[in-house]
Amino acid sequence: MEDKSVVAKANHPVIITRNATKEPKSIQWILISVVLLFLTLFLVVPLIAIFVKAFEKGAEAYFAAIAHPDAVAAIKLTLIVVLITLPLNAIFGVVAAWTITKYDFKGKNFLITLIDLPFSVSPVIAGLIFVLLFGLHGTLGPLLQSLDIKVIFSIPGIVIASIFITFPFIARELIPLMQSQGTSEEEASLTLGAGGFKTFWYVTLPNIKWGLLYGVILCNARIIGEFGAVSVVSGHIRGMTNTMPLHIEILYNEYQFSAAFAVASLMSIFAIITLIIKSFIEWKTDFKSTKAS
Amino acid sequence: MGFQDFWATITEPRVLASYKLSFLTALTAAFVNAVFGVLIAWVLTRYEFPGKRIIDGLVDLPFALPTAVAGITLTTLYSPNGWIGQFFSFKIAFTPVGIIIALIFIGLPFVVRMVQPVLENIEKGMEEASASLGANRMQTFIKIIFPELIPAILTGFALSFARALGEYGSVVFIAGNMPFKTEISPLIIMTKLEQYDYEGATAVAAVMLIITFIILFTINILQWWTGKRYSGK
Repeated sequence: MEDKSVVAKANHPVIITRNATKEPKSIQWILISVVLLFLTLFLVVPLIAIFVKAFEKGAEAYFAAIAHPDAVAAIKLTLIVVLITLPLNAIFGVVAAWTITKYDFKGKNFLITLIDLPFSVSPVIAGLIFVLLFGLHGTLGPLLQSLDIKVIFSIPGIVIASIFITFPFIARELIPLMQSQGTSEEEASLTLGAGGFKTFWYVTLPNIKWGLLYGVILCNARIIGEFGAVSVVSGHIRGMTNTMPLHIEILYNEYQFSAAFAVASLMSIFAIITLIIKSFIEWKTDFKSTKAS
Repeated sequence: MGFQDFWATITEPRVLASYKLSFLTALTAAFVNAVFGVLIAWVLTRYEFPGKRIIDGLVDLPFALPTAVAGITLTTLYSPNGWIGQFFSFKIAFTPVGIIIALIFIGLPFVVRMVQPVLENIEKGMEEASASLGANRMQTFIKIIFPELIPAILTGFALSFARALGEYGSVVFIAGNMPFKTEISPLIIMTKLEQYDYEGATAVAAVMLIITFIILFTINILQWWTGKRYSGK
């Protein structure tokens, strides 16, 4: 191919321009094969392995592992954490994105950096921050104890850590989207006499609904799967403060591999559903070009 | 905790070994992710092949899958008698190589998702101009396309690196956690916390935070510099 195109260049320059912005088919297929091999090795094989290992001891053992009281308690706790964290972060995310994109104020860049902070801080350090703040010997520890409120090693701690870790997801999806939309539609709505809330509900929200859903989906996946931060603040009390990932860790460390993978497979099904919804939203909105994750 | 205690804690040989391990494994993983990230983004934006949509969706699996699930799965696959581990004459799980594999998995989508939109938006005209001026495909890629991608690659690299440096859930299973050999810094923090050594944990965490910020800051400067250099702003 190479030689031919050199010859072609000498004699008929028109011929190369026809294919000039494409690679030869052979190179294309080599590159595609390398990518497929890499992704198979790193993504497909692990995904298959989860389900094979989960059913290694048969369907009965699989369902027994999922129906085990500790597993059920872990699933319930994870759901509770999601039900509290997700709406809060959706509201925080919209408010933060609204503030940043629709108003001008000093220190805006600093605020954007601050919102991104949880992305670059290690989850373990995030957990540590809350132990230092709310723990028995922490800054607010004595106060909380005198009020008989337990945060660390109980559900509030897990919720607070989850909120911190997943805070940026929704705001980061919405900021570029709302920035590109500008403020003219809101201004028009306000000029026509609609109030602030009405404007938000009928103008802004319909404009950002897909971006919001996209952020909610990613945020949700991360809340369910968060391990490091939750591990620090939870105290690993079985049936009490064990979320699903922590339950998997305990089963795995006790060499109950099939049971660990059974619970893991539940979470994987959820991850796959997340990916499908996400692809659907991308297809629906062609949202990809504004996505900056 | 006075400064001397602080210094003693963060320069303890075991802690120093963990910084080095965390830093080197995260760097290697981020580098691998940068190379394959560009390749994956390229193939997904430029070529057509069966199953492309599914592959495109699957790239985000590491973001959707809980890290603990990734951790136990990769450990099982790469352990000496696992599906993949059995084909290697050397140990992968419970060595730094295993840590790197887990970190590659965790950081896989970052570079792909940063580079993909940029590749989609590159004007075909530039490539055509380059080709009509006599450049071959490789020259066009290196001189025309690649410089456009550099800021996105750097951002993806930085995100992937920062994530890898702090990663705990997936690494803790595959690492084997042997002091001086496969003990990462987040694990040191965790161990100190479990021993109620809050001051020690905070000291190690502070050093990690500083390192992370220095890296992000450096990459920001690099990005600003390459942006200036290549876009001619």
